[in-house]
Amino acid sequence: MGRLFNHPLAAPALIALIVIACGFGLGSNFYLRVAALVWISALAAIGLNLLMGFAGQVSLGHAGFFGIGAYAVAVGPNVLPVSPLLALVLGIALAAVIAYLVGRPILKLKGHYLAVATLGFGILVYMVLSNESGLTGGPDGMPVSRATLFGWRLKGVDTWYWITGGVLVVGAWVAVNLVRSPTGRALRALHDSEVAARVVGVDVARYKLVAFVVSAVYTALAGGLLALFNGFITPDVAGFMHSIEFVVMVVLGGMGSIVGSLVGAAILIALPQALSAFQEYEHLALGLILMVFMIFLRKGIVPSLVALAGRGR
Amino acid sequence: MTKFQRLARLAAVSAASLALGLTAVSAADPIKIGSVLAVTGPASFLGDPEDKTLKMYVDKINEEGGVLGRPLELIVYDSGGDANKARTFATRLIEDDEVVAIVGGATTGTTMAMVPLVEDAEIPFISLGGAVVIIDPVKEWVFKTPHTDRMACQKIFEDMKANGYTKIGMISGTGGFGKSMRQQCLDVIGDYGIEVVADETYGPSDADMTPQLTKIKNADGVQAVVNPGFGQGPAIVTRNYRQLGIEVPLYQSHGVASKSFIELAGDSANGVRLPAAALLVADKLPDNDPQKAVVVDYKTMYEDQTGEDVSTFGGHAYDGLMILVEAIKKAGSDDPAAIRDAIEATTGFVGTGGEVNMSADDHLGLDVSAFKMLEIQDGDWTIVGGN
Repeated sequence: MGRLFNHPLAAPALIALIVIACGFGLGSNFYLRVAALVWISALAAIGLNLLMGFAGQVSLGHAGFFGIGAYAVAVGPNVLPVSPLLALVLGIALAAVIAYLVGRPILKLKGHYLAVATLGFGILVYMVLSNESGLTGGPDGMPVSRATLFGWRLKGVDTWYWITGGVLVVGAWVAVNLVRSPTGRALRALHDSEVAARVVGVDVARYKLVAFVVSAVYTALAGGLLALFNGFITPDVAGFMHSIEFVVMVVLGGMGSIVGSLVGAAILIALPQALSAFQEYEHLALGLILMVFMIFLRKGIVPSLVALAGRGR
Repeated sequence: MTKFQRLARLAAVSAASLALGLTAVSAADPIKIGSVLAVTGPASFLGDPEDKTLKMYVDKINEEGGVLGRPLELIVYDSGGDANKARTFATRLIEDDEVVAIVGGATTGTTMAMVPLVEDAEIPFISLGGAVVIIDPVKEWVFKTPHTDRMACQKIFEDMKANGYTKIGMISGTGGFGKSMRQQCLDVIGDYGIEVVADETYGPSDADMTPQLTKIKNADGVQAVVNPGFGQGPAIVTRNYRQLGIEVPLYQSHGVASKSFIELAGDSANGVRLPAAALLVADKLPDNDPQKAVVVDYKTMYEDQTGEDVSTFGGHAYDGLMILVEAIKKAGSDDPAAIRDAIEATTGFVGTGGEVNMSADDHLGLDVSAFKMLEIQDGDWTIVGGN
């Protein structure tokens, strides 16, 4: 069992199984939609987890990258002669460049200072998106044109379920490979102790930047997928609360656990749907559940449960 | 009788009564209506009164025997103003709850996120969002009840034209509301032969608009000033306006049509003109006004049951629900397509927003007369002009 957990393909394979099982098990479009939203958020959470869980750097502005990806898909085809899918690629590239430019100065900061700097970045993106109403439609949002792939219009909840699920599996696989590469080892060394990492010859600044750019790419991809899936986008996707949601997904599911990011995303997306019957108390219940999880499963749900299972043997 | 037998009997009896209860419900199958509103979050000033209004009136309708002899079942989800959540909840209403119509979507953003879904599923949707894009171009399954910014501009310009003003100054907020209304005003101003000779803006959190107003004051031949804006900005503009001693009339928008504006602007508010829905001046309407009965009833009921001041937003929800109920009665069934056709055929419906006459190319059905021109005198609203 333990060996199975440690196999490099365990996490992507498990996620693939979950995606396939839900794809055939969930009957109605509503459940498929919620699941697709979970896959999209999980993708962003995996990206943020690479930064937080592995490199040990916090970001409170990742919704900014999510917004960049989403609005690239929405705005791109209006201003450039590109298809929505090409716009998605451009948006991801843009997010990577911005992450590089922003990351270079702000990753020199540590702890709370880094948190505040990333927070500022997220708010800046949000303000641009909601104020440049000529391009982005302002606070009321804007429609996104439908993507076509080889002449096939990508629409319908089930189509997007499989697209987002597929991208999530690939994303998880890439993330696992990255973590197991020399870069991943350098990142984990960074997480444990920056000083020690520096002493053994890890280029600290460079690896932090790599982690920041990679996580921005994941998050922008997730944002672009949401825009294409919904066909309509508002600046809220880049808002502060959305950044916080991503952080909660990572911490709740378990820092440094790829499957944990999926679990965290699933709880944050699906729980409000399950609690909607208690409309007035929804936020209260949600907060309480999160607190209980964090008190009793301190390392996050997945790592704590794995540790428990290990002790039980 | 042993304890176990007694328990078993109790279980049997309760199961039987439960079953009876269930069949009783299915005999009068409820008509399901859905709603997605921003009950919490930054747009809760819209969603909260709308939510209360819908629940209050659905209860009232059910007490009075329901619609077509069947009770209404209202399902409300809280989007928190988030377009993505609104879309998920709309999917849920359509797929899972199988509602026959939707009234809701408190903001323009959430409404527009829901529009493609209702169009695909062919479910009638009466939006409570403000912007004109919701119904222009006309979408087969989408209707709305609130007035548009454009109508407020038209009402203001009508009044200016009647007073012979041809050159005006404009000072607008750069928030969503002010920016959108400024554009709408500029789009229609040509129809009234009026020209903007000074066009200034201020940020949503600015605390002093004296510089912008000084520029307007010094512009050549300004005969009146209009201020599209929302929140505290217009109150500051009004105060600065009086401090600078600008003599020409000041027009505010329907965005400040609440008592809190008068409180914020104090004595400076006297003499300000603004367009507003009849609901605001319910008790001042002449008895022969066709809206009088409706708005007074709604205001009384809302204020009695919630203990809060009535707002025009809740009124939009009232109009939406009543138009829907009338349509279901007229259609004689809860078939979504029949309801849609009946909504589109709504004529002469008098709601809190005005008289609604819909048609195939007008899914709002209100005209400029739905607004009353008000003037603030001695800290209170007064109806002026030929309303």
